[in-house]
Amino acid sequence: MSIYVPNGKVEREQMLDVIGVDKLEDLLTPIPESIRFKGELDLPAPASELEVVNEFKGFAAKNSSADLVCFLGAGAYDHYIPAAIDNILTRSEFFTAYTPYQAEVSQGTLQAIFEYQTMISRLTGCDAANACMYDGASAVAEAALMAIRSTRKKRVLVAGSVNPRTIDVIHTYMDNGDFEINEVPFGSDGLIDLEAADKLAEGGVAALVLQYPNYFGSIEDVKAAADLIHGHKGLLVVAADPIALGVIEAPGRLGADVVVGEGQPMGIAMSYGGPYVGFMATNAAFLRKMPGRIVGRTEDRAGNTGYVLTLQTREQHIRRAKATSNICSNQALMALANVIYLTLTGETGFKEVARQCWHRSHYLHDRLLEIDGVTDVFDTPFCREFVIDLPVSADTAVEAMGEAGYLAGLPIPGLGDGAIMLTATEKRSRKEMDSFVEALGKHIKGAR
Amino acid sequence: MEKTIFQYSSSGRTGVALPLLDVPETPVTARFGRKETIGLPQVTEGQAMRHFVRLSTMNFNIEEGLYPLGSCTMKYNPRLHEFLARIEGLAVVHPLSDDSTVQGTLELMYKLGESLCEITGFEAVTLQPAAGAQGEFTGLMLIKKWQDERGQEHRNEVLMPDSAHGTNPATSTLAGLKVVSVRSDEHGRVDVEDLRSKAGENTCAFMLTNPNTLGIFESSIDEITKIIHDAGGLNYMDGANMNAMLGIARPGDMGFDVCHLNLHKTFSTPHGGGGPGSGAVCCVEMLKEYLPPSTVEKTDEGYKLLGGTGNTIGRLLAFHGNVGVLYRAYAYVRTLGPKGLREVSEVALINANYMKARLKPYYDVPNDDGPCMHEFVASGAAMAEKGVKTLDIAKRLLDYGFHAPTIYFPQIVKEALMIEPTETESLESIDSFIDAMIAIAEEIDTKPHLVTDAPVNTPVLRLDEVKAVKDLCLVEPVEHQ
Repeated sequence: MSIYVPNGKVEREQMLDVIGVDKLEDLLTPIPESIRFKGELDLPAPASELEVVNEFKGFAAKNSSADLVCFLGAGAYDHYIPAAIDNILTRSEFFTAYTPYQAEVSQGTLQAIFEYQTMISRLTGCDAANACMYDGASAVAEAALMAIRSTRKKRVLVAGSVNPRTIDVIHTYMDNGDFEINEVPFGSDGLIDLEAADKLAEGGVAALVLQYPNYFGSIEDVKAAADLIHGHKGLLVVAADPIALGVIEAPGRLGADVVVGEGQPMGIAMSYGGPYVGFMATNAAFLRKMPGRIVGRTEDRAGNTGYVLTLQTREQHIRRAKATSNICSNQALMALANVIYLTLTGETGFKEVARQCWHRSHYLHDRLLEIDGVTDVFDTPFCREFVIDLPVSADTAVEAMGEAGYLAGLPIPGLGDGAIMLTATEKRSRKEMDSFVEALGKHIKGAR
Repeated sequence: MEKTIFQYSSSGRTGVALPLLDVPETPVTARFGRKETIGLPQVTEGQAMRHFVRLSTMNFNIEEGLYPLGSCTMKYNPRLHEFLARIEGLAVVHPLSDDSTVQGTLELMYKLGESLCEITGFEAVTLQPAAGAQGEFTGLMLIKKWQDERGQEHRNEVLMPDSAHGTNPATSTLAGLKVVSVRSDEHGRVDVEDLRSKAGENTCAFMLTNPNTLGIFESSIDEITKIIHDAGGLNYMDGANMNAMLGIARPGDMGFDVCHLNLHKTFSTPHGGGGPGSGAVCCVEMLKEYLPPSTVEKTDEGYKLLGGTGNTIGRLLAFHGNVGVLYRAYAYVRTLGPKGLREVSEVALINANYMKARLKPYYDVPNDDGPCMHEFVASGAAMAEKGVKTLDIAKRLLDYGFHAPTIYFPQIVKEALMIEPTETESLESIDSFIDAMIAIAEEIDTKPHLVTDAPVNTPVLRLDEVKAVKDLCLVEPVEHQ
């Protein structure tokens, strides 16, 4: 009898008796004999708690990546996570609860989501936000579909300076035979070619999708892009790095219609890619086109303030085939991590994290350029991530740095053999950066 | 009632001590700089903790009491898993790390995938989908791609019973496919003749939850899947109800070609107040080449993360799936082993049938022609005639200290109450839930206002959902900065 099943032989017999059958097999009669599984599943024998812990420690020991000093970003960032977050996340009241369909016994989750929606809408400069999406990339894809619903146009422009993984996800979501995606090239400055976008938008498009800062870390001109696409009656969808928004202007204030992004940098472990959470915010005009859950404030029968899931007629469990999305389970607990992170850091701390990412990345960038033969790939203002060109193979450099204890960054083969993208969060001390620059300098000297 | 966090805010407070900046500053380019305040709260860690702990006390949860949500499989979430998923070597790993530096996680993903294939009777798996609905989308896109590759692009119909989960039709729309609804027969099973008449040259796929959303096993499943195969379609199983079948029956042996598993249901990973889940998809060998990137292969040089073949349906998420959820599911499979997993389903069946037997004298159970699987659907239609709706019964259960069942679903049952106890409930807790249900049935006859006025023992009274839509308020007004 497993440790998770309280009803043993005695209870089972008693219950079978009440059911009116002799044995368990009598309950299996609806399953035709021909398709029943015979024998035992070919799985390892059960393990004790101690054995499971040891097995997991063994897995952890084989993940040498966890010991590397991280300068790699490209969609997942090594930020400090305040200890208090996990203390809240491991409260059963939050992590073992279901979706708050029974609002009267789910006020904790509902109010936390309401506060999350508020913080995301303020951070992005939009009127409102939903309760969250799966991750940043799928949130972008859902935003593109939302733009299609809002404009009744079937074509979407995507900047080539958007993370290629995000572009992949947009393609997966929009591959229904009815929609078209056009990629807008980026110029020699690494920024979207707005003239090309203008031409491609002719004939009408649902949206232009832009990343801000873009994949290469450079800061796109959101306002110019918004004016351009609005001229073609399309929407501007901006995929924003939330930490960057502590330093650079909120896309919603620059004309973006839908602002989405990856919430991982706000208090969520990198955990090899998930669970993360996507955020989505928009303006009043498009609220009802949003996918996913939304929490609203209301009153109970005595006039007390309370919170409920609202605008549910957009959703699959009511609207079925005509729903705004098929999303049901989302990433609620990760959104809770976000709202606790935003609360703990708060107005000053959050901006300080953002400011430090800016300054540390620029320091790292400037120090790296001091290495003989290292050059900038784009001469464009960046926020917290940048691409440089090494005079040696970026792949080889990453490998060598791995041996020296660093997760050096991401090679970008499309920009040249030596092109590599790096970032420095508030966790990277000057000493770590200096040692890294020294080690990379040595490698380059030796390899040339 | 708890104030919002913004109402605790006072200028200058913060809840986290950051490192001092130890590098020279680079001025932020003025034209890019953020001009106004963000409007985040300013509180100390202690204030934040008090606020979120107070909020938490207003939540019902699985460690508080029985959570009989049908089709949601609200079983106990082992505490061990929370510890395991947070081990530093597993949690602090960048998703773009070189394979050679994440062998531990890749090995776990590989082994979990193997186990899920064994449990479902399939040959290939992707662990990328973030939730059941994304698993459904993955499955339909695999099938669509397979059809397209065989010159069958015209096949644009997905057949599904009228009792299907809402995600099934919504997913079909997302995949660009048309929903064709198949009738349920008088016992709540797929009407085989109706299916036969609708399957044809436009059939792309058939989607079925088995056991179905009434908690009934589709006894004609062999015939059903054959009808679809003969028509040139493939069979998709929505694995939401897999908790009924572990080690007892496998979708791969029933003629299904692909299925998703809700790891946050059957495999005990916590629901988190709505997520994260994981919608791993298992399939037959012939669909393997279409799987999304991020599958794991075992080679002589260790475990490798694959980028997807040229025929892949593409990526569903930026990275490799809800890996932290996979850690927990793996621990569950390891702890239980083959016998323990089968025991899960056996006891889930006993618990559900026991509840059905004891509640039947008080609540109508339509479509009841034999044993149910891990859940059953009762109807409050007779009570509704007395002026007490299923919604009222659900709310009254909250007063008795239980969560409510899934209500008004499936839509083919009037005033539906869909009840799933799961295997982790003891006979004692099941009995006390039954007692509450019986007491409510009696209240409906004697003091119906107790039910229609419910809930009264909850942090708030019944909430006005109409007002929430009419006077839409989705964010705290800006005066609370």
